[in-house]
Amino acid sequence: MILLWLIIIPFLGGLLAWRSSSVNSVLPRWISLAALALDFILIIALWVQPGFVLSPPGGLMQAGGGMWIAEGNWKWVPQLGISLHLALDGLSLLLLMLTVFLGFTAVASSWTEIQERVGFFHLNLMWVLTGIIGVFLSLDLFIFYFFWELMLIPMYFLIALWGHEGRFYASVKFFIFTQVSGLLMLIAILGLYFIHGRDTGVYTFDYLQLLGASLPPAAEFWLMLGFFIAFAVKLPVVPVHTWLPDAHTEAPTAGSVVLAGLLLKTGAYGLLRFVIPLFPRAAFEFTPVAFVLAVIGIIYGAVLAFAQTDLKRLVAYTSVSHMGFVLLGIFAWNEIALQGAVMQIICHGVATGALFILAGSLQERMHTREMSRMGGLWAAVPRMGGLALFFALAALGLPGMGNFIGEFLVMLGTFRVSAAAAVIAAAGVITATVYALWMIQRVFHGPVGFKGEIPDFKGRETFTLAVMVIIIIWLGLYPRAVFTTAKPALDNLQKAVTVTETAGKQIHDGR
Amino acid sequence: MNAGDFFVLLPVLVMAAAPVVVMMTAAFTKGRMRHATAVLLSLAGLAIAFAMLLVVSPAAPRQVTPLIILDSYAVFYMGLIFASSFVVTILSYSYLEGRDGSHHEYYILLLLATLGSAVLVAGSHFASFFLGLEILSISLYSLIAYVRVSERSNEAGIKYLVLAAASSSFLLFGMALVYAQFGTMEFAGIARKSADAAAHTPLLSAGLVMIIIGAGFKLALVPFHMWTPDVYEGAPAPVSAFIASVSKGAMFALLLRYFTLVDIRAYGPLFMIFTVIAIASMFTGNLLALFQNNIKRVLAYSSIAHLGYLLVAFLAGGALAITAVSYYLISYFVTILGAFGIITVLSGKERDADTLEEYRGLALRRPWIAGVFTAMLLSLAGIPLTAGFIGKFYVVTAGVGSALWLLVIVLAVNSAISLFYYLRIVVALYAHTAGEEAAPRLSLAGGIVMAVLTLLLLWLGVYPSPFIRIIQTTVAGLV
Repeated sequence: MILLWLIIIPFLGGLLAWRSSSVNSVLPRWISLAALALDFILIIALWVQPGFVLSPPGGLMQAGGGMWIAEGNWKWVPQLGISLHLALDGLSLLLLMLTVFLGFTAVASSWTEIQERVGFFHLNLMWVLTGIIGVFLSLDLFIFYFFWELMLIPMYFLIALWGHEGRFYASVKFFIFTQVSGLLMLIAILGLYFIHGRDTGVYTFDYLQLLGASLPPAAEFWLMLGFFIAFAVKLPVVPVHTWLPDAHTEAPTAGSVVLAGLLLKTGAYGLLRFVIPLFPRAAFEFTPVAFVLAVIGIIYGAVLAFAQTDLKRLVAYTSVSHMGFVLLGIFAWNEIALQGAVMQIICHGVATGALFILAGSLQERMHTREMSRMGGLWAAVPRMGGLALFFALAALGLPGMGNFIGEFLVMLGTFRVSAAAAVIAAAGVITATVYALWMIQRVFHGPVGFKGEIPDFKGRETFTLAVMVIIIIWLGLYPRAVFTTAKPALDNLQKAVTVTETAGKQIHDGR
Repeated sequence: MNAGDFFVLLPVLVMAAAPVVVMMTAAFTKGRMRHATAVLLSLAGLAIAFAMLLVVSPAAPRQVTPLIILDSYAVFYMGLIFASSFVVTILSYSYLEGRDGSHHEYYILLLLATLGSAVLVAGSHFASFFLGLEILSISLYSLIAYVRVSERSNEAGIKYLVLAAASSSFLLFGMALVYAQFGTMEFAGIARKSADAAAHTPLLSAGLVMIIIGAGFKLALVPFHMWTPDVYEGAPAPVSAFIASVSKGAMFALLLRYFTLVDIRAYGPLFMIFTVIAIASMFTGNLLALFQNNIKRVLAYSSIAHLGYLLVAFLAGGALAITAVSYYLISYFVTILGAFGIITVLSGKERDADTLEEYRGLALRRPWIAGVFTAMLLSLAGIPLTAGFIGKFYVVTAGVGSALWLLVIVLAVNSAISLFYYLRIVVALYAHTAGEEAAPRLSLAGGIVMAVLTLLLLWLGVYPSPFIRIIQTTVAGLV
């Protein structure tokens, strides 16, 4: 039941925020914060509940099995075999924490930026978060698709209504990319549903029952591809990344934070939770392709980031590069690489979110994102400069910060599978250094390129970013907190793959 | 015919009596009073007919003469039709109230059109098919042109008259050809004889193609869709709602009955024709809707596309497909009635509120109405939490279940195209412009209808299970 509340609270909070705007334009902001705070308390309560962190439960992934921290299963449309099956393991838990945390920062960062239609803005923001939380909790493929689609509409509105000058083009492009890929996934889900139903006589969308489905190799490949494309668009993987720079650049700050910090992560989560466990053989045959796509993404994103003159666009391209590491780590599919991918997911969410907040604040103050019109800002806004430097260093993977741990582990894990991929990915770390430092150089140093007063960060913004700094350093120095939380979940995913694979092989050989 | 036959015919008989009663009482009343009585009597007639459905449903199925079969399938669709007409009647009241004239003839025509639709869904014979269709069409000619002072309305009426008459003659000719082949006009008899492959002669093909032309016109399938945008735009908003929901739904229900008996998948060329029509309807409807600035025209083109989606489930065949079609029709009825309902309640005395400009910034002036309209548009687009999502999901499920990969992928692509124009309207609703004109006040009846439709929309989208159960226990008896 607690899992259902995690979804309902932000949903209702959004509705309440929407209606409250007629009373007062600050009220929606506080209501959103309150709803997020409630969610956060629930999540922390789940995290620290006795027995979980200390003795990771084992056992195979199955309904009611020991591996879930919390689980709930309600009948929804029994005629079609759809149930509202929610479950939380360590992986979901980490991502939920990230979601709610970035939700806080998104509300905080739009405190002064959003001045019109405040209620509707917060409705959309809260509903995006609702959809994302739902995606991280669903164990029924229909429910998963339901939430997957649910988060798109409010995100579209965030970009289309509160975005910058090119918002219409960007929002439509974002929408069409994600919608088409989502429908491909739906077709793949239905394909799996019918194949499993005809084989066993049980028509169900339940993930745990579909896990062991034995599929003919050709069908398995096509179904895997349907899922993979949907998640690749979200992640994003080159060549289906082109919506990302537009959407991130044109979105309001809160939108960029949610897009980069959370929406991209739903793609990574989908690969981890669904693509490989459901279609292990097809996915492993696909690994070389995924590796190539990943290293292309890493290098291409970094090179393009270097070529940008628009600050937000630059940060957007760094996401393409960083998410390449996540793809690499997931398809390497060994414990070290997976831990690295999870770490990278979390740290990228925080660090990139922070960079978008900085870029958004600069735009709010200077009404431009062009780096050529900035320059020498350090003297005027030393706090912003210092924080920007910190997060730029985090993004380039400086040891001592969380991102370093993530990238390092991914490369370590990948090296065992494919040395070439790891070596090329390492080159991406070098290019990251170039664009990150170059960005700081152009914006905060050099000749002064602007006129007039620019106010520095006040308490609210400093506080938000200070918390993000602490998280990055904490994860850099004490990553164990993440590792122990994610380990049982990742172990179970790996076990499930082995079981599915052998079961598939036996049935396949038997034929 | 005996007493039992008359008993199961009660819903249809009530529907036939209602217009007569309205006509007679109009002789004793006048002015606003006449309008109000006509509305109340129509609503009462529809409600009684609906109640009769519940009374007679235990006696179903029963064949009454070769013409009409009262089975649970017919009962289900009659219920849907009566409920929709009920909504249209209330919307019409708030639309016509205050306009010149006494309007009782409007309601007589509406009731007759409903009667025609009811006959269609219970038809089991070419004669009842044609009779039902003509009762429906002839009432619609005058309903479309009802606002006589409007040029557009008259143009739409004439256009519909000419094209509908032409398509009816195609239909009639087609029926004659099929009769020439088989010597029977009963659906069951045709089904029996066409099971024999030797019966598939060019004569039969020609007959069936002509029937498809006649039916395709009513359903506004490409390439017989030309009238749709003009008629939707010219007709009064409630009449457009009626055409989009009841008129098309009844025709589709009849086609589904016919082609479930006469297995469409066994007859290759026909399957091919419907596949082409479905793909063409989806693409044409969605692509042309992209260029419209008139909300009614957008809805017209979108309805062409939606009928294309329905054909995907229709072609899938089997129990799953019938459930899918029925679920889709319920959700489409609710949605399209809601969308036209919004246009109705926002329309002034002079003209309908149908340009995109009139909706810009509506959310600031009328947040609730804008919210409801958003829900309707998102449902048309098939977004989660709304009826349209489950409907579309069901259709795709039926398509994948029968491995109609081409159609399913075309549907997916079209679904993405359609989002563009629905969302364009939604974004306009929330645009930040100060609106100048205050739309007319929402009448109480109009407000209640919109609220009920919205709740239904959300219910269908969030907890579809009870509806599916009803559909499965009634409609699925067809196979």
